[in-house]
Amino acid sequence: MIKLESKVPSGNISEKWTNHKFNLKLINPANKRKYTIIVVGTGLAGASASATLGELGYNVLTFTFHDSARRAHSIAAQGGINAAKNYQNDGDSVYRLFYDTVKGGDFRAREANVYRLAEVSGNIIDQCVSQGVPFAREYGGLLDNRSFGGAQVSRTFYARGQTGQQLLIGAVASMNRQIDLGTVKLFTRREMLDLVVIDGQAKGIVVRNLVTGEIEKYSAHAVVLATGGYSNVFFLSTNAMNCNTTAIWRSHKRGALFANPCFTQIHPTCLPLHGESQSKLTLMSESLRNDGRVWVSKIKNDMRQPNDIPEEERDYYLERKYPSFGNLSPRDISSRAAKEVCDEGRGVLGGEAVYLDFRDAIKRLGRNVIEERYGNLFEIYETITGDNPYQVPMKIYPAPHYTMGGLWVDYNLMSNLPGLFVLGEANFSDHGANRLGASALMQGLADGYFIIPYTMGDYLASYKPTLVDTSHPEFEKVKNEVQETTKKLLSIKGKRTVDDIHKQLGRIMWDKVGMARNEKGLKEAISQIRNLREEFWTSVNVPGSGDDVNQTLERAGRLIDYLELGELMAIDALNRNESCGGHFREEYQYEDGEAKRDDENYSYVAAWEFKENFNWELHKENLVFEYVKPAVRSYK
Amino acid sequence: METKILKLKLKIWRQKNANSVGSFVDYDVSVSPDASFLEMLDELNNKLESQGLEPVVFESDCREGICGTCGLVINGQPHGPIPRIATCQLHMRNFKDGDTIWIEPFRAKAFPVIKDLMVDRSGFDKILQAGGYISANVGGAQDANMIPIPKDVASEAFDAAACIGCGACVAACKNASAMLFVSAKISHLGLLPQGQPERYRRVDRMIKVMDELGFGSCTNTYACEAECPKGISVKFIARMNRDYIAAKLKSKTLEQV
Repeated sequence: MIKLESKVPSGNISEKWTNHKFNLKLINPANKRKYTIIVVGTGLAGASASATLGELGYNVLTFTFHDSARRAHSIAAQGGINAAKNYQNDGDSVYRLFYDTVKGGDFRAREANVYRLAEVSGNIIDQCVSQGVPFAREYGGLLDNRSFGGAQVSRTFYARGQTGQQLLIGAVASMNRQIDLGTVKLFTRREMLDLVVIDGQAKGIVVRNLVTGEIEKYSAHAVVLATGGYSNVFFLSTNAMNCNTTAIWRSHKRGALFANPCFTQIHPTCLPLHGESQSKLTLMSESLRNDGRVWVSKIKNDMRQPNDIPEEERDYYLERKYPSFGNLSPRDISSRAAKEVCDEGRGVLGGEAVYLDFRDAIKRLGRNVIEERYGNLFEIYETITGDNPYQVPMKIYPAPHYTMGGLWVDYNLMSNLPGLFVLGEANFSDHGANRLGASALMQGLADGYFIIPYTMGDYLASYKPTLVDTSHPEFEKVKNEVQETTKKLLSIKGKRTVDDIHKQLGRIMWDKVGMARNEKGLKEAISQIRNLREEFWTSVNVPGSGDDVNQTLERAGRLIDYLELGELMAIDALNRNESCGGHFREEYQYEDGEAKRDDENYSYVAAWEFKENFNWELHKENLVFEYVKPAVRSYK
Repeated sequence: METKILKLKLKIWRQKNANSVGSFVDYDVSVSPDASFLEMLDELNNKLESQGLEPVVFESDCREGICGTCGLVINGQPHGPIPRIATCQLHMRNFKDGDTIWIEPFRAKAFPVIKDLMVDRSGFDKILQAGGYISANVGGAQDANMIPIPKDVASEAFDAAACIGCGACVAACKNASAMLFVSAKISHLGLLPQGQPERYRRVDRMIKVMDELGFGSCTNTYACEAECPKGISVKFIARMNRDYIAAKLKSKTLEQV
């Protein structure tokens, strides 16, 4: 019987982390090198964890499926990273960042985790600057800030429109230093395909060498997963082509609980679809909403070009509906508002897009200022669409972007399986039902630089785990299972391609488990996904062999997991009879269309345990709000 | 939205592995001008897979021009005909109906082909792992605003740091030199006050590894800058050379490195 213990320390919220750090057990410096730790993933969370654990003296084995650690998808984050520095003297504080994040997450995150995140946010900026991250600066040489959705202060630090890139280069450089010093060993082009659990503890992983096809085994005293989110379950998302859920999903099937899988973030400012062949959706940074105004025509099916639509016939619907936050309303609310006006037939040319217009900002600030702030984003837009946003408003539409759900972890970021830690987007812990802009980078680095180095030592000192040799029968068993799956995939030789089936899954997910959900649709989705899963195992075609580079095989393996996860997302969405954050159930809304939360019955984390034959058992972690009292989340 | 479909002839480099001999194979494709170049290859691969044939191996990830994973030589140019974009940002509206397109991997001695259009660029990371960082442990950092950095210095450091590590500079250079890549990292760190303590040790170590890996020398053709998707300037190479000479002049302590 699994018992969920959040291990949140007692005491005042502002002292919890400090006290907890003191109470955590330590490992003597000379003994640290005797411990081996596996880190999977080299995005912000994984690279920073590897670097920091290496600095402490642990023996770290780090894995990535990329050819280079620097390519992890954190690199694509554009807008910025939040930190409660209050450099702008505009009333920011640790408590305010904490408050905004709990409220922004629609009261479905664990207060203590969020407070800690806000508490270490300032240290992250200090650390990044000391590593040479070239953040934007004022003429006086001090750091500049901008605003992001869901906040009324300017607390976002940025490096042009490439903040994620610069932070990742910094974290990877720190890891490279440890590689240089010999504490971290990096394995590139390795994809984790399973977790090895012995006597209930995580003891190692099985990976596929993506060049030779060899299935390799690695053992360690503890395993850290920092493998990102699962938005690619929708096929089309802003995630990179290779982002996948395999590491966390297969760990889930080995016993780790999956929490709040239905909490997915649909980002309001992405480029609209261009056609059937589209491979992914491109995000335009939320920072654009600092100066861009979002609007549609007041008239249905208005076929005029945007510049021909006069001012009085434009509906700046975010400014109208949410006057205090306006164009900087949080992501879930902005996305839903866009869907609403498009469903009314008032989208661009009656279709699925809204305008993001810089005309007024250019008039007010001049083209140069806009170019300095967003130049590279405007270039990206023009390259993709062929339109010049200095002259014509951008066209945008919401797209799957981030997943708040993930493996369940306690306050120490350890899953219910001792020895399995989960960091960054891969865990569920800090963003509740909706993540605020510029908080993903913050969480990834907080987890890797400032939390795991403390909590890892405590695990090793309290559990005293042993290192199992990879010749152990359990390692062999898991390896054989992985090899069997590969063999099976290669032998089906059916009629459908991997992408074809993935696109079909994506359509089911987008239509029925996307921005708006209802009971009927979710039930249909569950049965359609089950059927599609069966069809996959009888009719997929994976050409080539398992003994060398085979990208189709890689994608097929990932699709197996999406076809299972998709069902759990629908089950979770069906279980949660309320609307909150990114989870909008059409049955639960106020008359004005705002989300209707049910704190009495659903103020809990839904942590799902995988059982035989695709049954799941629900475990609940009740959420207690001692500091930020749940209220209707208003941005009006 | 444009509905016209482009019919194109592709000549794609196919090579089974590093040890085999490759050759160009012809494919006919029809594609929407709104599609990206890589989406065209996705469609081709989907077609090949549906016929049970092995698809063309090529790498990509973010498809937003920032991760540096993609990189093809298209009609002789790394990342194709449009300046200052990565392969994934190239769209088919830049081609004409009936065009023949030659698609090859990045070619350099230090970037061996793994399969088809996929190459091994791990040499870049080996260079970075030889000092391409600032030694700053977590925990000891002072308040970020305690290090004021003039806006133009931060901005120039950023210009260098914008490198995505794709390797187009090496592929473009007739000597397969990695000097643009290496100088970008050295300049990013060497321009900032935080990077000063290790400035000369860094340049010395990184250049040593760069030479060992078989990257060529710079003969100032500037092909690297012309093909760089981020427009990294060759002025950083001059800067690196100055630092390198300075490092040699100061090399008393460096001999032990």
